Amino acid sequence: MKMFKRSPIYIFLIIAAGVSIFPFLWIISSATNKSIDVSNGRLMPGSHLLDNFRHLTEQVELGQAMWNSAKISVTTTILALLIASLAGYGFEIYRSKAKDIVFNILLLSMMIPFAAIMVPLFQMFAKFSGVLPVIGVDTAASVILPTFTTAFLIFYFRQSSKMFPKDMLEAGRIDGLSELGLFFRIFVPTMRTSYAAGAIITFMSSWNNYLWPLVVLQSPEKRTIPLLISNLGSSYSPDYGIIMTAVLISTLPTALVFFLMQKHFVAGMVGSIK
Amino acid sequence: MRNASVARSRLQPRWTGWLFISIAVLLICAFYFYPMIQALLLSFKTGTGAQIHYTGFDNYERLFSDKVFKTALKNTFLFLIIQVPVMIVLALFISVLLNDSKLKFKGFFRTAIFLPCVTSLVAYSVVFKYLFGNDGLINKLFLNLHLIHDPIQWITDPFWAKITIIIAITWRWTGYNMIFYLSALQNIDNSIYEAARIDGASPIRQFFKITVPLLKPIILFTSITSTIGTLQLFDEVVNITKGGPGNATMSISQYIYNLSFKYTPDFGYAATVSYSIVVLIILLSFIQFKAAGDSK
Repeated sequence: MKMFKRSPIYIFLIIAAGVSIFPFLWIISSATNKSIDVSNGRLMPGSHLLDNFRHLTEQVELGQAMWNSAKISVTTTILALLIASLAGYGFEIYRSKAKDIVFNILLLSMMIPFAAIMVPLFQMFAKFSGVLPVIGVDTAASVILPTFTTAFLIFYFRQSSKMFPKDMLEAGRIDGLSELGLFFRIFVPTMRTSYAAGAIITFMSSWNNYLWPLVVLQSPEKRTIPLLISNLGSSYSPDYGIIMTAVLISTLPTALVFFLMQKHFVAGMVGSIK
Repeated sequence: MRNASVARSRLQPRWTGWLFISIAVLLICAFYFYPMIQALLLSFKTGTGAQIHYTGFDNYERLFSDKVFKTALKNTFLFLIIQVPVMIVLALFISVLLNDSKLKFKGFFRTAIFLPCVTSLVAYSVVFKYLFGNDGLINKLFLNLHLIHDPIQWITDPFWAKITIIIAITWRWTGYNMIFYLSALQNIDNSIYEAARIDGASPIRQFFKITVPLLKPIILFTSITSTIGTLQLFDEVVNITKGGPGNATMSISQYIYNLSFKYTPDFGYAATVSYSIVVLIILLSFIQFKAAGDSK
């Protein structure tokens, strides 16, 4: 009887879950079938994954794009965690009125839409090209530099620092640790879970970033995965099998990160607003 | 050496704190605030490369008579007014259902509905473009179920293209917002609901009188982030409809991109258009804060 009363709820949730999962099933079935079968509406998984993969790697530099994306995302994540956690810790542990004002000003940067600063940023990096080519337009550094520091992550680490037991710092000071030593020897190891969650969020948004790499990366061999997929997707005679194989491969790293660290992921999202 | 540094940090604790935050502050200033000022200056200039020069308010005059800008603005607002409320209500509704302690397969439902968030915006946009193509799977499905007689022009009709974009964004972000509501719901003391039930309040009344007021800060947070996200809409429109047909789904961000890098580059005017989003974000966030505050 009870179960019966809930059946509309179950039906609704099954539909919602089905709609959410369906595109994933379609990606898998398309990546494993011939393009012609996909366009005929075949939904069963097929046996053409390896063929599709071979054609894909013949057509585009998939490995190169994966490597470019990995390089950019991993560097961004490491730098972002280091700089944002130093700052979040600094704002909370060495709290002062003046710093709180600075903090609130930094938060305003979250309201700045990227499209609004894209043009001046592009001009800035075009200028760097003349002076210091390693960080100029069309380099990995030009993708990483303007995107890795976010007020969001600083805010996130400040919130995390609020839960950090400050007595541990006093104990460390008595043991003769320097202020920077306190941070690296005590704060970082204690806050591992906060770092894990921050890492996931940063890695995912960097791996998926599209607009800025599109603006600043010009030569094909510098392309990241989203640029490669966007390019494949805009062809006039699309080969579904090949494109969906690329989509599948590009989604694997983030899906894997999500499934392995689901708890951290959710904690990171929610922790940032508590 | 170490003793010296401890002594120094105790003598100058003011400076140590500033050192911790200095790199982040410098980088945010260099890559957010400085470009904002540059964009403001640019918005009064015209021309390209070395030919660039000040023109006063010409760009702003052009903005108010620019038909493409008006279309992009209208499209963005349409996405905002329809998509954000639909998604927030849907996410709220699902999370209330999932918060039921007697519900089975809760973990499965939650994971499934959150799953779209692992896709990149570009990847899912390409998937949606093909699913909603004229001879795509969605049309095939609807035709087979006899819901429609002719294929719907999901991508090539100005009206349906907007619907497709709205469906796509809702698919990608509903689960994301749901997670915020779910965790907030878990913090609500169950005894409040029990008391309401004893007083004979219906589930619908409980929802509006208890759940919504208690979740107000989170609803405000998600609606502001969704608003900012929608005003920056780019990846989806570029990869699903290319802003078309005509300019029927062109967003402001896409227009700025086109002005700067696709048409003959006009950085000055692009900066003028970009300031309109800044003004909109400030205005809308302010209105949302006000609305949340006043209905207390």
